[in-house]
Amino acid sequence: MDGLLLPVVDDDGAPFWEYAARGELRVQACAAPECGRLRFPPRPCCPHCRSFESEWRPMSGRGRIWSYVLPHPPLLPAYAAQAPYNAVVVELADAPRIRLVGNVVSGPDAPLDSVDPARLRIGAPVRAVFCPAGPGVTLVRWLLER
Amino acid sequence: MTAWEVAVTALKDATAIAGIGQTAFAKQLPESEKTLACRAIVAALDDAGIDASEVDGFASYTMEETDEVEVAKAIGAGDVTFFSKVGYGGGGSCATVAHLAAAVATGQASVGVAWRSRKRGSGTRPWKNTAVQLPTPAQWTRPYGLLRPADEIGMLARRYMHEYGATRDHLFNVALACRNRANQNPDAVMYERPLTRDMYMTSRWISEPLCLFDNCLETDGALACVIVSAERARDCRQKPVYLHSVAQGLPAQHHGMVNYWNDDPLTGPAWTAARQLWKQADFGPDDVDVAQIYDAFTPLIPLSLEGYGFCGRGEGAAFTEGGALESGGRLPINTGGGGLSEGYVHGFNLINEGVKQLRGVSTAQVPDAGTCLVTAGEGVPTSALLLRS
Repeated sequence: MDGLLLPVVDDDGAPFWEYAARGELRVQACAAPECGRLRFPPRPCCPHCRSFESEWRPMSGRGRIWSYVLPHPPLLPAYAAQAPYNAVVVELADAPRIRLVGNVVSGPDAPLDSVDPARLRIGAPVRAVFCPAGPGVTLVRWLLER
Repeated sequence: MTAWEVAVTALKDATAIAGIGQTAFAKQLPESEKTLACRAIVAALDDAGIDASEVDGFASYTMEETDEVEVAKAIGAGDVTFFSKVGYGGGGSCATVAHLAAAVATGQASVGVAWRSRKRGSGTRPWKNTAVQLPTPAQWTRPYGLLRPADEIGMLARRYMHEYGATRDHLFNVALACRNRANQNPDAVMYERPLTRDMYMTSRWISEPLCLFDNCLETDGALACVIVSAERARDCRQKPVYLHSVAQGLPAQHHGMVNYWNDDPLTGPAWTAARQLWKQADFGPDDVDVAQIYDAFTPLIPLSLEGYGFCGRGEGAAFTEGGALESGGRLPINTGGGGLSEGYVHGFNLINEGVKQLRGVSTAQVPDAGTCLVTAGEGVPTSALLLRS
């Protein structure tokens, strides 16, 4: 994973990464009792009810590929070394309007190009795995479900 | 009339583009961005027949690196009473003109200059910068290798193709129409470079499903235009091109470029800008004679055709069939070659080309063109202009 960009974590996103480091996929939700709606990316205030109270709700880690691209060079050197690779948007099974960008890989710490692109399809079921990627940062990545 | 109707009446056709100017377009130009900016602005003022000392308004992009202080000093502008910068890259192109129209219509300025100067051809590619990144992509998308605009828009393009049966041939139709117009325009970077379907289909991938020819050029160049009141424009050197309606658009829950998180990512800023644009206009999409549609990437054209109401949702790809975008087609687009084939200067060449069409002097002139839609970047907070002669 040398040379790949690590997430630049901000205050709103920090809990996501803390849970990921424990192997948990959690999404921010409004904590107002009358609202409770999920939101992503995380932000200070609920866009539906304006509450500043939030909690982090566990997700099953299952989802489907919403779309994907196969980047080819020119790219940053560490990415070019693995190109063409896939980058995907995954919609979560628990909450289809919550979508995460990631990579489909053959194992938690496998290279970005470890899955044959011919196996990728929009709608294909995937599940989250966790890959320690640097000091305090664990990436959420995706395996194709059988 | 309601207060809103009064306000709209005050803006509609109240101002006009009286002058346009541009430098050469090339992969590399020797002069600095500041020099190119000044050349384009001086040319636009000369085209209008207005002395630079009369300029009292400026508008450009936040990404523009020549600021109004430097430009005003260099060209010898007078006291400046209005200046504004618009964000979101190419999404701000038409908004620069829109801000000046509002300023001139409300008496904040009398002679406004909008400009863009960029050495994107010889300069570095913005996505290579890892020290300065936008916060949301830096945390949620770029680490996964979604590095470049082509990757970000490619993601929406594949989803669009999946949902509506759009194919690479539809994207080729867009690339070809732009290239064919560039082949008629001696100032276009691709003037002498025809494109064939075979070249397109066998070209290298940039970010699959987007190939080389789905991406705009990387260009050095600068453009400018001059905005004055309609009354003043009638006394200028050139035939006035009126600003009939102007709009910006940032849809609810939209996120620029990486718009993956709202309920309907394929309904982009074009839809919001279009609603505002048509609401203020005396005519509709069927009355548009020619369009200049922002084309950093080919899939932005079908998305924009839908957003601006030339066809229904999901019909943008099919709209491109049968030569619809070519000269003589249902809606000729990007008649100078656009960002794909004339030059990529953050969409400002689309504004100037719209003016050329309504003056009747385009190199791919649409006969008797009287109305033109110009759009800014789709997929980012955007803007649009309706021009009429």
